[in-house]
Amino acid sequence: MTDPQNDATPQSRVTASSMERQPSIWRAPQLSMRFWPVFLRNLLVWRKLAIPSLVGNIAEPLMWLVAFGYGMGALVGEVTVAGANGDVQVPYILFLASGSICMSAMQAASFEALYSAFSRMHVQKTWDGIMNAPVRLDDIVLAEMLWAAFKSIFTVTAILAVMLGLGISHSPKLLAAWPILLGVGITFSCLALIFNALAKGYDFFTYYFTLFLTPMMFLSGIFFPLEQLPVSVRMLADALPLSNAVALVRPLFMDQWPADAWRHALVLIAYACVSFWIALALTRKRFRL
Amino acid sequence: MVDDLSFHIAPGECLGVIGPNGAGKTTTIRMCLGLCTPDSGSIHALGLQMPQDALAIKAQLGVVSQMDTLDPDFSCAENLLVYGRYFGMRDAQIKERIPQLLEFASLTHKAHAKPGELSGGMKRRLSLARALVNNPKLLILDEPTTGLDPQARHLMWERLQLLLQQGKSILLTTHFMDEAERLCNRLLVLDHGKKIAEGTPRDLIAQHLEPDVVELYGAGALELAQGPLRALASRVEISGETAFFYTANAAELLQSLHAHHHLRTLHRPANLEDLFLKLTGRQIREDA
Repeated sequence: MTDPQNDATPQSRVTASSMERQPSIWRAPQLSMRFWPVFLRNLLVWRKLAIPSLVGNIAEPLMWLVAFGYGMGALVGEVTVAGANGDVQVPYILFLASGSICMSAMQAASFEALYSAFSRMHVQKTWDGIMNAPVRLDDIVLAEMLWAAFKSIFTVTAILAVMLGLGISHSPKLLAAWPILLGVGITFSCLALIFNALAKGYDFFTYYFTLFLTPMMFLSGIFFPLEQLPVSVRMLADALPLSNAVALVRPLFMDQWPADAWRHALVLIAYACVSFWIALALTRKRFRL
Repeated sequence: MVDDLSFHIAPGECLGVIGPNGAGKTTTIRMCLGLCTPDSGSIHALGLQMPQDALAIKAQLGVVSQMDTLDPDFSCAENLLVYGRYFGMRDAQIKERIPQLLEFASLTHKAHAKPGELSGGMKRRLSLARALVNNPKLLILDEPTTGLDPQARHLMWERLQLLLQQGKSILLTTHFMDEAERLCNRLLVLDHGKKIAEGTPRDLIAQHLEPDVVELYGAGALELAQGPLRALASRVEISGETAFFYTANAAELLQSLHAHHHLRTLHRPANLEDLFLKLTGRQIREDA
């Protein structure tokens, strides 16, 4: 090997034996601001399709809310919620709205980080193209994660606006719900990216939705209070990211501060950090990087 | 997999890497892009070293991969804009370059068309224009003309020759020997991860092959090739129903073939394809 500085003529030189000796996929994430143009790319595509996609994203959750909230609400009446200052009676629609907004954040983030990210990564090979430019895979995964969270908070904001319009809650503490819901979007983006890294095709995501997200919706106190569940199931439920999200957001709809806020927030943060790392490692493995 | 491979590229030079499927062409390119790390040895480019300085090197590289990775949701101009941003270029800077790049790719009239509306050749040229957005010194092209019709290939070659004249270096992999012969100053023949030959196309042919080839096919051709005519060529190869005579003295052989009117003969100079087949064998490589 000669020093390139001493050898002016050849511009580029390769002396190599291979191969496949790669650094550990579990090495620390190398993140930088190079994620930003990747995020902007997704934003530019989405800007062209924003209105139709927004209608799709908010119409369904709102139909559920209105049908169940007012329909079931008439049957159920009030629901007892354990608050920081003892039990509180709230109308069913308020109970449902405060839970389903978390569910919407979860679903919007999951859809984007699964179906859309997979299209870009696997079908369109957009990621491969980006990696030929000076952008690391780590930054692409970060960009996709933040992008899915952005789309989620965009959907959530629209739904929140409709909820305010319907007069479901007028709590000023909803302002605090907004950053929490952004966090919920981030957590579920990270989780979904693990399955994105493992997927061979779109069908795989059906498992994630039916075997993981749907049961979690029923175990997270969105449609009925968790207190109704047997203790063993409740212990499981308490560990789920969505139930912790609901525990943070629901009191804010009732103009109260959540009890044990830090514990719930830490659970979400832990899920986000650990799953981002796993997602990154598995994506590196997929790309043999 | 590659084993003990070494090469260099000088400014303004086009280095072709040829070899059968699985020979290590793609691995070589992946190493040059820092997408995998060699066990030993070093990769220097533009005064920097892979993989430590991968991003700094890629900032000065242009890459056209085998498969188009164009953004289907963007127009040609937007594809260039978005790609330029990955290099940290400012929008104003990129927008200034877009008309030149589109013109270079003969896509000015398609500035607002999406890749889905382009022909195969146009897509490849857009990929090439995209690879030039950062004004790279070194281009890495992985089978840039595979799947194109002759017109589109010739236009692509013309553009690549123009880039070489501008002093850019090109590292090119190809399965087309006429492409290698036309574009490359030097060739690297890889097989089973090893470099088995290196040199200019003409030197390689002169070094490894007899100057003339006579191809013979038709009923009884193989028997003739193995029998009386065998001695008239320095080397005879049989592939399927065709016999290939490699010789420095074709006249004598052609003379004797006059007696066999029913056979079809083709007399031509030895070319890179002969070299390639001689060095890497005629068997099909479908495992990779």
